[in-house]
Amino acid sequence: MKRLFSLVLLALAVPGLASAPARAADFAGKNVEWIIPFGPGGGSAAWAQFLAPQLGQALPGKPNVVIKYVPGGGSTKGANLFAARAKPDGLTILGTSGSTQFPYLLGDKRVQFEYKDWHVIMGSPTGGVFYVTPKLGLKGPQDMKMLKGKAVKYASQSPTALDLVPLLALEMMGVPTKAVFGMKSRGAGRLAFERGEVNVDYQTSSAYIKNVVPLVKEGKAIPLWTWGLTNDKGELVRDPTFPDLPHWAEAYEMMHGKKPRGLAFDAYKAFVAAGFGLQKMIFLPKGTSADIIEAYRAAAEKVVSAPGFAAKAKKVLGDYKQVVRKEADAGLKVAITVSPKTKQWVRDWLTKRYQVKF
Amino acid sequence: MIEAATTAFGLIATPEHFMFLCIGVALGLAIGVFPGLGGIAGMSILLPFLYGMDPISALGMLIGLVAVIPTSDTFTSVLMGIPGSSASQATVLDGFPMAKKGEGARALSAAFTASLYGGLIGALVLTLFVLVARPVILAFATPELFMLAILGLSMVGVLAGKSMAKGIGACGLGLLLGAVGGAPATGEFRMNFGIDYLIDGVPLVVVGLAIFAVPEIIDLLRTQTSIADDSPRLGVGWRQGVKDVWRNRWLATRCAGIGCLVGALPGLGGSVVDWIAYGHVMQTTRDRENFGKGDVRGVIAPESANNAKEGGGLIPTILFGIPGSGSMAVFLGGLLLIGIDTGVSMVGEDLDKTYVIIWSLAIANVVGAGACLVLSRPIAALTTIRYVYLAPFMIMVITFAAFQATRSWGDIAALFLIGVFAVYMKRFGWPRPPLLIGFVLADPVETNLYQAVQFYEGFGWALRPGVIIIGIATILSVWFGARYASKAHGTGDLTTGAGRTEKLRPQIIFALVMILVFVFGLYDSQQNNFLGKIFPMTTSLVMLAFVGYVLSQLVRGKTDDVAAYDAEANFSYADDARPVSAEHYVAWLAGLLVVTYLVGFFIAMALFFAAFLHVKAQATPLRIVVLTGFALAFLAGMGHILTLTFPGGLLQDAVDLPYPFR
Repeated sequence: MKRLFSLVLLALAVPGLASAPARAADFAGKNVEWIIPFGPGGGSAAWAQFLAPQLGQALPGKPNVVIKYVPGGGSTKGANLFAARAKPDGLTILGTSGSTQFPYLLGDKRVQFEYKDWHVIMGSPTGGVFYVTPKLGLKGPQDMKMLKGKAVKYASQSPTALDLVPLLALEMMGVPTKAVFGMKSRGAGRLAFERGEVNVDYQTSSAYIKNVVPLVKEGKAIPLWTWGLTNDKGELVRDPTFPDLPHWAEAYEMMHGKKPRGLAFDAYKAFVAAGFGLQKMIFLPKGTSADIIEAYRAAAEKVVSAPGFAAKAKKVLGDYKQVVRKEADAGLKVAITVSPKTKQWVRDWLTKRYQVKF
Repeated sequence: MIEAATTAFGLIATPEHFMFLCIGVALGLAIGVFPGLGGIAGMSILLPFLYGMDPISALGMLIGLVAVIPTSDTFTSVLMGIPGSSASQATVLDGFPMAKKGEGARALSAAFTASLYGGLIGALVLTLFVLVARPVILAFATPELFMLAILGLSMVGVLAGKSMAKGIGACGLGLLLGAVGGAPATGEFRMNFGIDYLIDGVPLVVVGLAIFAVPEIIDLLRTQTSIADDSPRLGVGWRQGVKDVWRNRWLATRCAGIGCLVGALPGLGGSVVDWIAYGHVMQTTRDRENFGKGDVRGVIAPESANNAKEGGGLIPTILFGIPGSGSMAVFLGGLLLIGIDTGVSMVGEDLDKTYVIIWSLAIANVVGAGACLVLSRPIAALTTIRYVYLAPFMIMVITFAAFQATRSWGDIAALFLIGVFAVYMKRFGWPRPPLLIGFVLADPVETNLYQAVQFYEGFGWALRPGVIIIGIATILSVWFGARYASKAHGTGDLTTGAGRTEKLRPQIIFALVMILVFVFGLYDSQQNNFLGKIFPMTTSLVMLAFVGYVLSQLVRGKTDDVAAYDAEANFSYADDARPVSAEHYVAWLAGLLVVTYLVGFFIAMALFFAAFLHVKAQATPLRIVVLTGFALAFLAGMGHILTLTFPGGLLQDAVDLPYPFR
């Protein structure tokens, strides 16, 4: 009986073993569905629309990469759908953003997906610039001390979105902040700034370059700091796109004469890494075979190293290095790792300060 | 400016640009005709093709598409009573009765002429307005946007029909429905019954289809006729429609202006433009008896406004990079792809590009309206078909369209539940347009008020000049509305006794259901923080008073009161031998839902077609096969081209089937 059983097992296993690694992935004549858990028209949509045709050309068999928008639940709906439904055949991929990472890190009830199950193909970093109105009296980062105790208003989407980073930063600096929630987009927040309804704002890099730099030239906005990037040692460094602006920890030091530290600063670094470090990522689902993963990784590498890609990408993706292979794996690890202590601290803080229920 | 204008003209006056513009127009016309699919769907289809295209041609294609959707979406609004997209919901009110009277041709030609006129006026206004737009838009801050939303709500006064209390109650229902999901201030989930689908609220497409299309389909099925009772008259009226617009050219001009302005304000949402225009025509006209029964002015006003809206919506999109509507959001993504930067440069060094956009808009409007006029005659012939043959197609289209809103089963369930509710609203004389207005404006009202109070620390904003001006306009609007209501009180259907009955019990039960809804709204609001509960709580309390009044009139047996109405009292059937209740067709729809849940949409639709045509139309087997086959081929084709998904059932969960059964 036992022998019969192992024979059956063997019979089942042999064809599986034989077929898995030998066959090279080929997507000729196929449609690859790229799930974007947001509506068309936002930053993630633009990112996917830019990359989809190039990725299709670079994959074996040149499949047609079709973007499928699944908005809802602050991007948890599309990610949940991907986790539950995507087959590991390389024909369904997912694009996530910082807004998908944050609910995952915070332990939002709606999250039914696990980043660690997936295989990262490519990551796109970005940064963010914080700026204020000249009415506050500051002329530039050199006047940082003047910000102390100034009452600021900030137009926010929600305390658990990417806005967590500026809210946390201002809180640690001791700047009394009134956050007005319910903005439909970061762009709507900028409009409130332009109308004079709020006196501080931040935009991600490409939006900043396009829409705020003209305001800076007109003297209507004063940039103060960037969120910075975390390097592989976990230290905060200046944003390469804005090398002349201090990163936030420098700004903190300019204001208080000492470096930021403690659980709050750990939380800041963790969420900057998660929200901006690899803000957007492409994933294959759980259980995808090695040959398909390799086909995608090679394709992503081909796309980002193609001549002229950097110049084209600058406008849509910002002036950042698009990471693939090992760098993407390392980036993902940083983006989804937050110590339980830090996580609890942020949850408690959000509940205490902004009545967020977990 | 003149230099930029001439450069722009040189750029668009090429055969290549014109060809791409026509491709965009053709796609836009197709998308517009299909109910539930609007600019967002169309834009999303085009975007993958833009990559690497010449920017000027790409612009032509995008603009061509977005410009003509509010033109061609009129077909289903007028001919079937189903809004082709959210931009022509108000057109249904008079357009559809006109088609029923056999004036479908006149309504369509008036609508297309008005669309063309509105689109051209919009482009003309934009040519100049774009230069001064920035300060104007910046002047509309949250307090002004809040007041504009209130002005929109005041339109309920003229749209309420005979009973103001019922109109306000319906509007309140819309406000409450609009409050479902995450609260803007606190992110708390309101009235979601623990259902994930409701976290983001109910989509507008679903609500629009449910409250307009479902009751119309059921009523038409019950009367067992074709849409146009008097089919031979369909052919006439083409010239008449054009003349109608010419006679009302000032009205069309005003509505185009309204469309431009409302479209240009981000945060208000372009989906109310048609209602505001419709309210405007009712308030400024003396002889109002025919509105809602097929007055051509009720078609001209929204149609001239909704085409002008697209032009207005371009302004914040290209000047601020902030889309004024959903389709503009996708347009913005398209601009990014073809390498056009939005921002102040668009009125500076890139002004010629802006003029390319504006003039492409004008040309697309001309081409689109022309194409619609040519296509009208064959499409309008649909209204002469017996409705039992048309109904399964309509049911297929609205179910499918609703599902595309978020591609979730919740879309279909919401369509059915709200649709059934709307059937009874129609029967008991609760007007449905106010519900939609309330629904659309719930978020602008709540969000802008809350933000204004936060931004300006209290109510100091109430003294801003813009707020006062819009406030005065609101008071005038209410006054006009009240005057209209008191006039309607003494005249109209009441004297003829339509809808009057001694049997009040069904109405009382429905009013009680309304009361229960608001009681639930009140109860649910108490679970939230102050900022999350204040809006649903206030709405529920006020509405309990109005609906309570309706109920008290009914309970006291006042059969001659305006509140008492039951369409069942004198519902007329063409075939009196076998009268069928509305519930009968509700059961058919429920059956379709259940079967879809079991075997998925595609197979369920095949079974539904065959069963319906056999039982209801008593069609020959050959006809059943041909019609069902045609419908399924159409469905599979559309699904393939648009990469749409069909709702799956238990069968699909268990077995992996090939397309289109998947």
